Amino acid sequence: MKKQILIVDDEPHIVTSLRFLMEKAGHEVAAVGNGANALELLETIRPDLILLDLMMPKVDGFEVCRRIRADGDEVKIIMLSARGQETEIQQALAIGADAYITKPFSTAEVVAQVDQLLTDE
Amino acid sequence: MGAGWIIITVTVLCALSLFAVAYIGERRNLSNNALVYTLSLAVFCTAWTFYGSVGRAATSGIGFLPIYLGPTLVAILFPLLLRKMIRITKVNRITSIADFIASRYGKSTLLAGLVTIMAVVGTVPYISLQLKAIATSFEVLWESAVGPISSSPNFLANTGLVVALLLALFAILFGTRHADVTEHNSGLVLAIAFEAVFKLAAFLAVGLYVTFGLYEGFGDLFAPERLNLDQQQLLQFEAAGSYGDWGWLIFLSMMAILFLPRQFQISVLENTSERHLFKAMWAFPLYLLLINLFVLPIAFAGLQQQPTADADFYVLSLPLANDQLGLALLVYVGGLFAATGMVIVATVTLSTMISNDLIVPILLRWPRMGLANRPNLSPILLSIRRLAILAILLLAYGYYVAAGRVSLVSIGLISFAAVAQFAPALLGGIYWKRGNRLGAIAGLLSGFLIWAYTLPLPSLEQLGGLSLTFTAAGPFGIDWLRPYALFGSTIENPVTHSLVWSLVTNTLVYITLSLLSTQTIREHAQSSRFVDVFERSEELDQLMIWGQTPTVGMLQRLLHRFLGERRAETALKEWEGATDSSLQAVDDAPPSLVNHVEKVLASAIGSASAHVVIASMLTEASLTMDEVINLLEETSKVYRYSQRLEQQSRELEKRTAELRVANERLKELDQMKSDFVSHVTHELRTPLTSIRAFSEILSENGDLDLAQRREFLGIIRGESERLTRLINNVLDLSKIESGNAEWLLSDVDLIEVVKESFALVEQLFVDKGIKTELLLPPAVPTLRADRDRLVQVMLNLLSNAIKFCDEEKGRVSITLTATINTLTVSVGDNGPGIDEKDADLIFAEFQQVRNVTRGKPQGTGLGLPISRHIIEHFGGRLWVESEPGQGATFKFELPVLREQPPPELNPLQAWSV
Repeated sequence: MKKQILIVDDEPHIVTSLRFLMEKAGHEVAAVGNGANALELLETIRPDLILLDLMMPKVDGFEVCRRIRADGDEVKIIMLSARGQETEIQQALAIGADAYITKPFSTAEVVAQVDQLLTDE
Repeated sequence: MGAGWIIITVTVLCALSLFAVAYIGERRNLSNNALVYTLSLAVFCTAWTFYGSVGRAATSGIGFLPIYLGPTLVAILFPLLLRKMIRITKVNRITSIADFIASRYGKSTLLAGLVTIMAVVGTVPYISLQLKAIATSFEVLWESAVGPISSSPNFLANTGLVVALLLALFAILFGTRHADVTEHNSGLVLAIAFEAVFKLAAFLAVGLYVTFGLYEGFGDLFAPERLNLDQQQLLQFEAAGSYGDWGWLIFLSMMAILFLPRQFQISVLENTSERHLFKAMWAFPLYLLLINLFVLPIAFAGLQQQPTADADFYVLSLPLANDQLGLALLVYVGGLFAATGMVIVATVTLSTMISNDLIVPILLRWPRMGLANRPNLSPILLSIRRLAILAILLLAYGYYVAAGRVSLVSIGLISFAAVAQFAPALLGGIYWKRGNRLGAIAGLLSGFLIWAYTLPLPSLEQLGGLSLTFTAAGPFGIDWLRPYALFGSTIENPVTHSLVWSLVTNTLVYITLSLLSTQTIREHAQSSRFVDVFERSEELDQLMIWGQTPTVGMLQRLLHRFLGERRAETALKEWEGATDSSLQAVDDAPPSLVNHVEKVLASAIGSASAHVVIASMLTEASLTMDEVINLLEETSKVYRYSQRLEQQSRELEKRTAELRVANERLKELDQMKSDFVSHVTHELRTPLTSIRAFSEILSENGDLDLAQRREFLGIIRGESERLTRLINNVLDLSKIESGNAEWLLSDVDLIEVVKESFALVEQLFVDKGIKTELLLPPAVPTLRADRDRLVQVMLNLLSNAIKFCDEEKGRVSITLTATINTLTVSVGDNGPGIDEKDADLIFAEFQQVRNVTRGKPQGTGLGLPISRHIIEHFGGRLWVESEPGQGATFKFELPVLREQPPPELNPLQAWSV
């Protein structure tokens, strides 16, 4: 079941690793390096799931998530963050993220999480 | 007999006129007037002035003047000195000079008694002087106009006694009508002012008559051909005594105008407004000038026309000899007024002191008298005062009989010297807080004893009243104890001699003992009430806390007992009015009411006595005076302790506020610290994420092609290096910030540093196709710095430039310039530049400038903060100049160590070359 995945992260190496994992799982992948580009891209494409980094300059992950939900978009969102504080996790889930993964992540965990969210539908 | 009856009638009319003036004064309250106040001060000019000045001028020329120069000098100080005394008196409800001094030194009854005795002993001769003046002037007039006094009616035979008794009656009627003596005697004051006008007019009249009636003016009177040799010598200054004597006499009269009990009464106690002093300060000296204007002319006319007559009465005998009975009567009345004014004020004043400061305190301590429990003390107080007046006048009469014929002036000076003893304790008391009771008592006592030994005692021998021989030989033949030459001193004038010894001893004892001993708490409180009276006038009702709270009724009964019903009611109403409250007899009295009652009581019986009375009432006689004082001292200790506590709590509040600020700062620092930790964590986790992800990918995907495998391994290696760099930088920064970094100092050539750094990264420029230029001077002064650290800074700046320059299009320029004091290195690129708002931010930790199109730059975000720390460590600064789109130039500037100047050539060596 081929799905469309959008990766948003300002660390190119992390994007590379996530792209590799998602493509290997059989998904179609698009990637952008910051929040502004992500919002721009979302006007033209409709992904099934977004892997969204939290700490990005200017438009951060929270902002991207908030805007997506404000548009009434139910797209699955997995937040990725290197900070991993409990309050941040709570906040991410509160504004509409479906899951939260702390960096550095286990590749198996990311793949499993994505699979689970996509099969829920 | 016709002339005789005229004299008697005039005398009686004078007395009646005084009563009339006093009556008007009481009804119309005319005494609240600067002119009346000034004229009343002229009570200083007694019969001694009226008759005695001429007598003195006849024997010592202008020697009579110092007595009036002193008051003139003091008058200038009225607004300062007298105003302070007046304010203290009003604030503390003081009733006499004895009360004043006693109050200052802790309401000491002992001191009050001592001052009273000194004042009485010092004043009695002076009063006798007035008796003598009145009696003699009456005799001179009577014998000239009527005939020998011995053949006159009986009641005139003993003139002195009659005068004394009449004056006593007069003073009693005048001055002892109410018990409350702080109530102004406006009648008395007006009468004194009236007398002052009259005596001045009389003296001026006789002066004008003598100068322009008997002679043709001053020129004629003092014409050289009229004067014999003695008289010519009188006009020389030498006749008036030595300069030293002048100085001391002036000083003596300065003390007298301030401290004679009657002067204190009039100038301080009877003052109704401090503003009057500003008029008195020039008007009073003017009065003194006028009344002395004709002293010398009358004296010289007397010497020329009546060489054998008593010079003290030239004023009277000159008109009489020229058949001017009317003028003589005027003079007689002037003299009478001068004398009665003094006697009335002095006796009323002294009687108050005797009753309040001497008798009442003794009676109060004498439990069998039960005085404190009598229902109405007012009549008793008045009786004591009346008896005191009578006793003083009889004493004065005794002295008059014993003294016989001594010049008016010398007796006056003896009195002056006695009251001058009050000066150290009183002046010290209002200007020097350390002055204490022990010093005051010992000083007064020593001065008084020396005065008594050196002035009145030998004068009694001189009078023949006692047959002693020690004046010439000293007591028991001890030479250095001779009263006129203590310790072999050779001061010729007995008054000066006495004054020097007594006053110097008095002052030294007062100061020394005050410095050596301590004050009680109450003395201390009083000393600041006096010395700081102007600062404290507002806070009069300082709370005095007593052992037990009395009811309003108790205080009412107490006031009633001492002041009578009417005054008691008035006093309570006064308080009710002032505090806007109403009193019920059964209520507990508020402390301010107790204080008020004590003050009111003090105005009737003196502050020392009032204090004892209140204390004994409040403690139901179960507490002794000492216990009350102890209680007070305890209370004031507690008060001071609580003041200290308050002070401490204020300090504590201040500390708390400071702590709060410090705490805020700490919180801020803590926040910064946790931000930093959070940042470091994030920056560490980012490369770790890549490393872990690719490690897992590599281990789980054995079928990856070689190129991909190499790519992923490359990422892992790169991210590991990044991680290492980051850890090193964090450690580096924390070492520098905590001051634990090691700095290896050496002489550094900055050109070498720039060249070496450039060489290290040159390949990177080449790889990225960036053009570079290096602009270096041939030589620069060396720096004292850590060479490797400077290389670190250069590498940071250069790698930043590489990072932000576009491939192939980039240009980087590195320059080094030197000024006298500084070396500046700049690294400029043509990259995207930095927004002005970010220019400071980039030097903060982890604040990398990210560019939307460029993505995240590689680096730890710690390079610039570390570089800035390094440059600042060597006293320099690091900054950036940039405009977005125009590239950025990073510059650092370092101070050059000043070299030792080359040793100069010695000029001599230069010459020898």
